[in-house]
Amino acid sequence: MFDKNSIDELKEKKSAWQSKLNEQVKKRPERQKEFSTDSGINIEAVYTPAELSDTASLDLSLPGQFPYTRGVQPNMYRGRHWTMRQYAGFGSAEETNKRFRYLLDQGQTGLSVAFDLPTQIGFDSDHQLAMGEVGKVGVAIDSIMDMETLLDGIPLDKVSTSMTINSPAAVLLAMYIAVAEKQGVTPDKLNGTIQNDILKEYIARGTYIFPPDQSMRLITDIFGYCAKNISNWNTISISGYHIREAGSTAVQEVAFTLADGIAYVQAAIDSGLNVDDFAPRLSFFFNAHLNFLEEVAKFRAARRLWARIMKERFGAKSPKSLMLRFHTQTAGCTLTAQQPDVNIMRVAFQALSAVLGGTQSLHTNSRDEALALPNEDSVLIALRTQQVIGYEIGVADTVDPLGGSYMIESLTDQIEERAMKYIEKIDSVGGAPKAIEYMQKEIQKSAYQYQLDIESGAKTVIGVNKFTMATEKPKGLLKVDPAVGERQVARLAKMRAERDNAQVDAILGKLRKASGTNENLMPYFIEAVKNYATLGEICGVLREEFGEYRQQIVF
Amino acid sequence: MEKPIRVLVAKPGLDGHDRGAKVIAQALRDAGMEVIYTGLRQTPEQIVQAAIQEDVEVVALSSLSGAHLHLFPPVVKGLRENNAQDILVLGGGVIPDEDIPPLKEAGIVEIFGPGTDTKNVIAYIKKAKGV
Repeated sequence: MFDKNSIDELKEKKSAWQSKLNEQVKKRPERQKEFSTDSGINIEAVYTPAELSDTASLDLSLPGQFPYTRGVQPNMYRGRHWTMRQYAGFGSAEETNKRFRYLLDQGQTGLSVAFDLPTQIGFDSDHQLAMGEVGKVGVAIDSIMDMETLLDGIPLDKVSTSMTINSPAAVLLAMYIAVAEKQGVTPDKLNGTIQNDILKEYIARGTYIFPPDQSMRLITDIFGYCAKNISNWNTISISGYHIREAGSTAVQEVAFTLADGIAYVQAAIDSGLNVDDFAPRLSFFFNAHLNFLEEVAKFRAARRLWARIMKERFGAKSPKSLMLRFHTQTAGCTLTAQQPDVNIMRVAFQALSAVLGGTQSLHTNSRDEALALPNEDSVLIALRTQQVIGYEIGVADTVDPLGGSYMIESLTDQIEERAMKYIEKIDSVGGAPKAIEYMQKEIQKSAYQYQLDIESGAKTVIGVNKFTMATEKPKGLLKVDPAVGERQVARLAKMRAERDNAQVDAILGKLRKASGTNENLMPYFIEAVKNYATLGEICGVLREEFGEYRQQIVF
Repeated sequence: MEKPIRVLVAKPGLDGHDRGAKVIAQALRDAGMEVIYTGLRQTPEQIVQAAIQEDVEVVALSSLSGAHLHLFPPVVKGLRENNAQDILVLGGGVIPDEDIPPLKEAGIVEIFGPGTDTKNVIAYIKKAKGV
C-alpha cells in the first residue's frame, strides 16, 4: 500500500515520537497504566501505516471478493439494509403472534422466535420438568397446532423467520414446513434460519438433549434435506453469541465459533455431502459487545478467517461457500439493572459496531432486559435505534467505512492471528467436539477475570461501580401470565384427545425404526408433526433410541 | 485453622445460564470456602439430596429463567423435611422485586440480583455463619 522506504522512514519517526511520549508520560501519567482490548490485545497510542501487514492490500481486497474482509456483498447496505430482526417470544403462541405482528407493523423486516425452555429441551408443556418454565423465556410450542397459531396471518413466502432452536431443530423446522404447506407456500419459497448449533449448547448455552454423535447426525440430516428441498434456508447458525455471553473474550468468540463451524463442515463431508452443496447455507451469529473498535475488527477478522478456512482447508470452490454471513445481537450481559435507561446508549453503540462490521441481520436488546423480558415500549426504542443507524446517520451509504483505518486493520490482523492459534490448539486435541471442556475452562477464566476487573474498578460499568445513584426500578415491566402453563397443558390434553392416536403411534414406531438406520429422518419428522405428534413425543422416541447427554462439570 | 464453610452452588430447573453461578462458585472458593457445583438441570429434590450428602452449610441457588417461584421454595421445604433446616438457602439471578417477599417468606434468606459484587455475597455468608 505504501512503498517500503516511506514505511521505514515512518517507523523511525514513530519510534522517536514514542520515546518522546514515554518521557512525557513519566511526568504526567496517562489515565491507565496500560490500554488493552477485552481480549487483552495491547492498544497503542496511535496507529500508522507502519502497523499494516505487508499483505494488507490482498488481505483487504474489495467487498464481495475473497477474503471478504470488507463485506460479503459488493455494495452492502447501499442495496438494502441489514434485516432488522428482534428476537421475541413469551407466553402462548397467541400472545407471541400479537408481538410479531406489532413488530412487523413497526417496520421490522424479519421474525425471530424465542422458544421456552421445555420446547428447547424437547419436553411437552405437561412434562414434570416443564413445571414453572412454560412460556417463561419464550413461547411454548408443543405441536403443529401451536405453530399454526404462532404464524397466523404472517405470509411465510414474504417474511424470513429465524428460530432459536437447537437439539430439536429438525422437529420445529418440520412444523414450519408443514404450516407453510397449509398456507399454500411450498418449501422452495421459504426463507429463514434454524440455530441448530449443538456444540455451543454443550459449551455455553445448556439446551442439549442427545449425545454429540447423534446430535451431529440430526444436523447433517438437516443439511442434506435442505440442500435438496429448501434451498434458501439457513440450515445452521453457528453461534458465538452465547459463548461471549458466558464470558469469553472477542478472540475466543471468533475462535470457538469457527472451530465449531469446522466440526460441522467436517461432519457433513464425512456423511457424504459435497462441501459446495451445503456450505453456502451455513450462517453465523455473533455478539456485539462494548469494546467498540475491537468489535468492528472482530466481525471483519471472522469473515476473513472463515473464507480462508473454507478455501484452504476444505477446498470449497463456490464463492458462497466462502462467505461468512452473520446475524448479530447486542450483548445482553452488558445490560445493567441499575439506571436501565443507560442501556439504550450501550445498545446503540453495540449495534453501530455490528453495522460497521457488516452484519446481515441485527437484534438490538431492550433497556429493561436485565430485569425482565422486554415490554412493548422498550422493544420499540430498540428497533428505532436500528432505524436511526440505517436511515439517519449515513453509515450505511458506503461499504466498510472503517476499512483502512490503521487501528482497525491492525486489530483485525491480530484477532485473526490469535483466533487461528486457538483453532490450532483445538485441532490438536481432535476438534471442537473433543474440546468442549477445554473451551468451557477458557471461557470461565475470562468470565471470572471480567468480574474481578469490575470489582477492582479496572473495568468501569456506569451505574454499577462508577457514577452510581439510587434509582427506582422502572414500572411496567413485562410479566408472563402465570396461568399460561395451565392453559397450555389444557390445550395439549384437548389436542391429544382429538387426534388419531393409533396413527400417531404407528408413525412414531416408524421413526423409532428409522432412527437406528442411516436414513435421513427429516421426512419422518414432517409426517409425524402433520399427524399431530407432539415435540415431546418425537423427542421422547429419540431420547430412548439415542440416549441423553450428560454434562461434565467443569469449574 | 477453622473448618472452611461448605457451599453447594446449584442450578435448579431447565435454565442454562451458568456464568453467574460459576463466577460465584469461584469467588466463594477464592474466599476460602469449599464449593460444590451441581451443574445444570437439577430438580429441587436432587439439590436437597446433594446438600445433605455433601454436608454443606449453605445452598446458593441460581435461576435466570423466571421459574424461581416454582423451584426455590421446594428446596427449603425438602431440607426441612430432612431435618436439615439449619442449611442456609440463598438465591440469585433475574428475580423481580415483587417476587422477593414470597421467596423470603418461603425461607430463602437472601436474594442477590444482577450487578451484585461477589464480596457482598461472601460477607453475607461469613456473617450468617459467624465467621
